[in-house]
Amino acid sequence: MKNFAIKNKDNLITYGIVIVAYVVLQTLISFGAVSSLMTGLLVPLCAYIILAVSLNVTVGILGELSLGHAGFMCVGAFTSAFFSKLTVNVITVGWLRFTLAILVGFLCAGLIGFLIGMPVLRLKGDYLAIVTLAFGEIIKNVINVLYIGKDSKGLHFSMKDALALNLEESGEVIVNGAQGITGTPKNSNFTIGVVLILITLFIVLNLIKSRDGRAVMAIRDNVIAAESVGINITKYKLLAFSVSAALAGVAGVLYSHNLSSLMATPKNFGYNMSIMILVFVVLGGIGNIRGSIISAVVLTLLPELLRGLSNFRMLIYAIVLIAMMLFSWSPKAQNFRDKVVSSVFFWRKKENDMKGGIDNAGK
Amino acid sequence: MQANNPVLEVNNLSISFGGLRAVDDFSVTINEGELYGLIGPNGAGKTTAFNLLTGVYKPNEGIIKLCGEDITGKSTIEINKAGIARTFQNIRLFKDLSVLDNVKVGLHNIYTYSTMSSILRLPKYYKIEKEMNEKAMELLKVFDLDTSANLKASQLPYGKQRKLEIARALATNPKLLLLDEPAAGMNPNETKELMDTISFIRNEFKMTILLIEHDMKLVSGICERLTVLNFGRILAEGPTSEVLNNPDVITAYLGE
Repeated sequence: MKNFAIKNKDNLITYGIVIVAYVVLQTLISFGAVSSLMTGLLVPLCAYIILAVSLNVTVGILGELSLGHAGFMCVGAFTSAFFSKLTVNVITVGWLRFTLAILVGFLCAGLIGFLIGMPVLRLKGDYLAIVTLAFGEIIKNVINVLYIGKDSKGLHFSMKDALALNLEESGEVIVNGAQGITGTPKNSNFTIGVVLILITLFIVLNLIKSRDGRAVMAIRDNVIAAESVGINITKYKLLAFSVSAALAGVAGVLYSHNLSSLMATPKNFGYNMSIMILVFVVLGGIGNIRGSIISAVVLTLLPELLRGLSNFRMLIYAIVLIAMMLFSWSPKAQNFRDKVVSSVFFWRKKENDMKGGIDNAGK
Repeated sequence: MQANNPVLEVNNLSISFGGLRAVDDFSVTINEGELYGLIGPNGAGKTTAFNLLTGVYKPNEGIIKLCGEDITGKSTIEINKAGIARTFQNIRLFKDLSVLDNVKVGLHNIYTYSTMSSILRLPKYYKIEKEMNEKAMELLKVFDLDTSANLKASQLPYGKQRKLEIARALATNPKLLLLDEPAAGMNPNETKELMDTISFIRNEFKMTILLIEHDMKLVSGICERLTVLNFGRILAEGPTSEVLNNPDVITAYLGE
């Protein structure tokens, strides 16, 4: 199958871009060519890339608008940080604990995605977007009033305050309401981030190009027709939504294990974050996984690169957003891009054809 | 002639929307290998009857049996699994998927593997995908679509989109194929070609087909028996030539 081969090659290019970018950055870092500000940005950047790719599963592949993606990230971040704090003295092997923490974040966010998806996916379009937005905020706010402590008797829960936990002298408050979780082991680093990006890509790209992915895209393109060929709509909608949520959870794990104190503020897990992820997806091209990665990188680094312009920073950021939007979506710009791409590729093709022609002439 | 082996038996099927009785007391028996036509003026309830058969609407009264099995009131998905596949009056393809993938979606319930084997790319994935590709290409070849397999479905010309929809329906391996106005919007040449394709499917796949049609030439050319609906009720039924010469039918179509 020609198509099959082309698509697989396409996937390899995506993996390749990530790996090459990683190698280049690591080299630059080892030469000290990257500012400490930038190095500090690398792990969050990896988390944003995972978020953008995972949201693209909901928005691009399933075709439903979700505005609550940061909520699932929040679930992954807090459950995994909680797990790491709890087991920090039990499992002393760092990588093992972190691997388990990633699994915990993945499964918990996936489970919450599944539970929220069940009622929410009955809705469509704007209604779905509003409800996911609400759920995202609910998750964040619930975590803000949650107190969990541990002492010799076991775990204590409260929704009131830390005192209501009735801990023993030796007890420890793990989740402290609005102050969140402090002292999470700092296990994340750039390399792990890139590995997680690759795993995310592996899951998403393989899922798209499979029986399940086709079913999900069939639902996106035409629900009635999908039903008429015997595709279980609820099952596949939930599958895509849960996978998307679970991967957002992984991004949360990466994010939380990079911070010494984790708080659920509107800035990191709120509405704005969800919108920002959506902007990555829309600008990168809905349904275009590679585009999501690139736009996440550009839009995360841009504000930092523009720091020198101080007051004009956000203004330029906004202009770049508009320009990128036009460039990736307007028909004229698309034609222009196609022309550039084809001239680059066909130039080589022509060269080959000519070679073939000469060879044939020789015979 | 085939043995009288009914594939579809419908008895006294009725549905009302508010005060409107869209389909009233509709009964039909279609035998194995038969090409049956359902005709009638606009708004006669033909598509509603199709939607009842495929579970889009639940009938208020009546029984639908497929090969002796009661499928009344089941969901669209269950009915498709039981063996009824359909096409739509206004084409409903998966427009952003390739032509090949459209057919492969139709094969969804016939070739299966788990989500795990697709994510981890286990050997089963490659094996089943290969089988699916072969089966899908085989079907596309029947409809002369194999050369366009890698195009997006929306890039196909209109006539081929109709064919692709039939190919997709056949991929689900149905016992009964329902075609909702397959010739709608086609020019005479395309209609002629479609007639050939439909008879070919019937012979090649031993398929039982029920079709809704406006185009009288197509109906009289290929259907063996007809039912004429008017205002939701059966106006006439029987062998094609008899029905088409029935004065009531002519009145219903052409007016007094």
